[in-house]
Amino acid sequence: MSATEMSKLDLLLQEATEIESDAYQDARRQMAVCNACRYCEGYCAVFPAMAARREFEKADLTHLANLCHGCKGCYHACQYAPPHAFGINIPATFATIRQESYAEYAWPAGAGRLFERNGTLVAGLATLFVMLALILSVAIKDPAVLFSAQTGTGAFFRIIPLWLINILAGGSFLFAILAMTMGAIRYWRATGGMGGNFQPAPAAEAAVDVLTLRNLGGGGHGCNDLDDSFAQHRRWLHQSMFYGFMLCFAATTTGAIYHHIFGWHSPHAFFSLPVQLGTWGGVLLCIGTAGLIVVKTITDPVPVARKLMGGEYAMLGLLFLIGATGLLLLVVRHTGAMGIMLVLHLGLVLALFVALPYSKMVHGIYRGIALLRNAREKRAA
Amino acid sequence: MPDFARTYDVLVVGGGNAALCAAITARRAGASVILCEASPPPLRGGNSRHTRNLRALHPGPTNVLTDSYLEEEYWDDLNRVTAGKTNEDLARMCIRASQHAPDFLASCGVVFQPSLSGTLSLSRTNAFFLGGGKALVNALYREAGKLGIVLLTDTEVQHIQVEEGHATEAVISHCGFPQRIRFKALVAASGGFQANRNWLREYWGDAADNFQIRGTPYAQGTVLKDLLAQGVQQVGDPTQFHAVANDARAPMEDGGLAMRLDCVPFSLVVNRNVERFYDEGEDVWPKRYAIWGRLIAQQPGQIALAVTDSKAVMNFLPSVYPPYKANSIREIAQMAGFDADKLEKVVADFNAAVRPGTFKPMVPDDCSTEGLSPPKSHWARRIDTPPYYAYPLRPGITFTFLSVKVNDQARVLMADGKPSANMFASGEIMSGNILGQGYLAGFGMTLGTVFGRLAGEGAARHVRN
Repeated sequence: MSATEMSKLDLLLQEATEIESDAYQDARRQMAVCNACRYCEGYCAVFPAMAARREFEKADLTHLANLCHGCKGCYHACQYAPPHAFGINIPATFATIRQESYAEYAWPAGAGRLFERNGTLVAGLATLFVMLALILSVAIKDPAVLFSAQTGTGAFFRIIPLWLINILAGGSFLFAILAMTMGAIRYWRATGGMGGNFQPAPAAEAAVDVLTLRNLGGGGHGCNDLDDSFAQHRRWLHQSMFYGFMLCFAATTTGAIYHHIFGWHSPHAFFSLPVQLGTWGGVLLCIGTAGLIVVKTITDPVPVARKLMGGEYAMLGLLFLIGATGLLLLVVRHTGAMGIMLVLHLGLVLALFVALPYSKMVHGIYRGIALLRNAREKRAA
Repeated sequence: MPDFARTYDVLVVGGGNAALCAAITARRAGASVILCEASPPPLRGGNSRHTRNLRALHPGPTNVLTDSYLEEEYWDDLNRVTAGKTNEDLARMCIRASQHAPDFLASCGVVFQPSLSGTLSLSRTNAFFLGGGKALVNALYREAGKLGIVLLTDTEVQHIQVEEGHATEAVISHCGFPQRIRFKALVAASGGFQANRNWLREYWGDAADNFQIRGTPYAQGTVLKDLLAQGVQQVGDPTQFHAVANDARAPMEDGGLAMRLDCVPFSLVVNRNVERFYDEGEDVWPKRYAIWGRLIAQQPGQIALAVTDSKAVMNFLPSVYPPYKANSIREIAQMAGFDADKLEKVVADFNAAVRPGTFKPMVPDDCSTEGLSPPKSHWARRIDTPPYYAYPLRPGITFTFLSVKVNDQARVLMADGKPSANMFASGEIMSGNILGQGYLAGFGMTLGTVFGRLAGEGAARHVRN
């Protein structure tokens, strides 16, 4: 094969991989309408970012889709929403593009396929790791420990040894961090890079946007959580889930510090820092996830990408079960039920860590980057 | 199933802003209210669904309006666009009442926003609905529902029984089934007749086939025609309407705001015979956009072509449909199906007539032509920098002005000049009382809100007495 033939082949291959999905093509058509209308510019960051553009390359659409928080304000306000012939439905279209971008930038290459049938994957992992935890604890320790009350220092580790927890949970968590970092880098480059130098002001703005979920405020009075009425349910439920999750994470971290630095071993007293953080974190996590499941179930189904709901329900369900088993563990920790509950809880946590880079959880990374890019674009304009 | 056996205090015909303001006001005053909207639920709201703001008098800055906008200036603006074809008493009453329109709408749950980009620079005079007209319509329906107003969609009012200036009964089609509604007072807020092409043909002939109806396809003018046929006094020129330069590729109905093209002041516009027919740069676009629909409607074939070049393309909002784009005027003409030789000559003549000046896109600048007829008074720059761009234009009709006559209490007047005992009107169905011709951005929603409230108040008062 000659060199020119080679390069032709390369070009063809390149073209083939650049063929865009229906969602991207439809999003470009919809953006042409939105950019000539602009009624939604007061709702969220997406529309001012759109108005700054005239061409919508794939990278632009990926960025805008990940900037979208799915609040549905633009859908309910849209003069062109279905059944209008233009059929403008930005929340559903952008949700589909988000999912496609998670798959496209997933690391290692090929792992993106795990985003198809994601509900099955997450649910399957949860089942698998609960079973694995049960089998391992029985195989390594005397099966009787699972059913007898364990008290005193180191009670938990008589069920599952600490070294095993460290290897499995620590290993999977570190891999998740690596995979998500690689994904983030790939995503940042693909959506336009824009200089490597760190800029504090946009970073601070993006951090505030993330921590306050400003874009789920609908411009001040809330979003269309359920229908065309305005509410802040989703914002507060997500905050409950997010901060609950963070408190749980803080509980684990302080527990590890207690163990490894101070030599204070679990179980800790109810009013100790790790248990308090974990308790309130668990409560918030359960409230947030349960509430979001309810909202997701009863909301107007049109501005929603139904294909993605499996993965979203599965992740909310997994987080709820982690919170619930954590709380139950606290309740039953001096009884014979502790062993089973601990194994259940750890199995579910392990499933979360393994699923992390290939689940809805990555939206936090890409949304954060999109908010950062948006904050930088605003200053560059 | 609504109760069709009872007699309602107030029947409101129509489902847009003018209808809802009337219904909410009447219900808040204690009347029982039933509202009939012809469209199915997702398309409810008439033309209000496509609106974005209303023009409101304000003596000082408010949370949504900057600076001040006083009665005299408002009246001057209105008087100028209508070329004096208005009713000063009614207009001034409406202008004064417009001060309270944003607060009333806010009390119904409508949210306003400070205006941002792409809005014809109206933040001083016009209050913008957050999310636009459909969000407003959603809020008003929600409020109306909360108040216990009976809200019927897919319900067309076909005939109002009128006896000696007194309306008693409506013949309706509710979800395709014939019904009757009895009532004590009527508010007609069912819009103009712009979507009724047969009716337009009476005045425009075959040209009407080329009119794009920008808004709701349900504005058939059924109640307007019915009332005018039963001794209600008519006002307004039936050939007058609010119409803009629309993209010729837009849907024939319900294309809404995004189909309008703002390129005219920065372009050269020719008709099908490749002749210029009006000064494209006469004034800033917010003061001229509403005359271009009519100008194009009067051209052969009701089609025009706006031609510009790459210098100007960022001076106006992007179009939904991509412009024709080519490296020569000849190719542009061929793409658009216009005579290439003629277009080359028109552009060359125009370029030769352009005098040097300093281009300022937002204000009337000193870039004009000399010795050209018609002239281009502002923003005239040579069309000489490829790629060239062209946009095909058709008239986009927003609403017709032919109306039922009303007094300053929104009460319908009969042919003999006497006010009707129990009929009121608000919105586009009575717009011709004030708009003899021309249009002022955001005035339609002002008219609907002000006269809607008056009609609702009057209807409720009539029922109480």
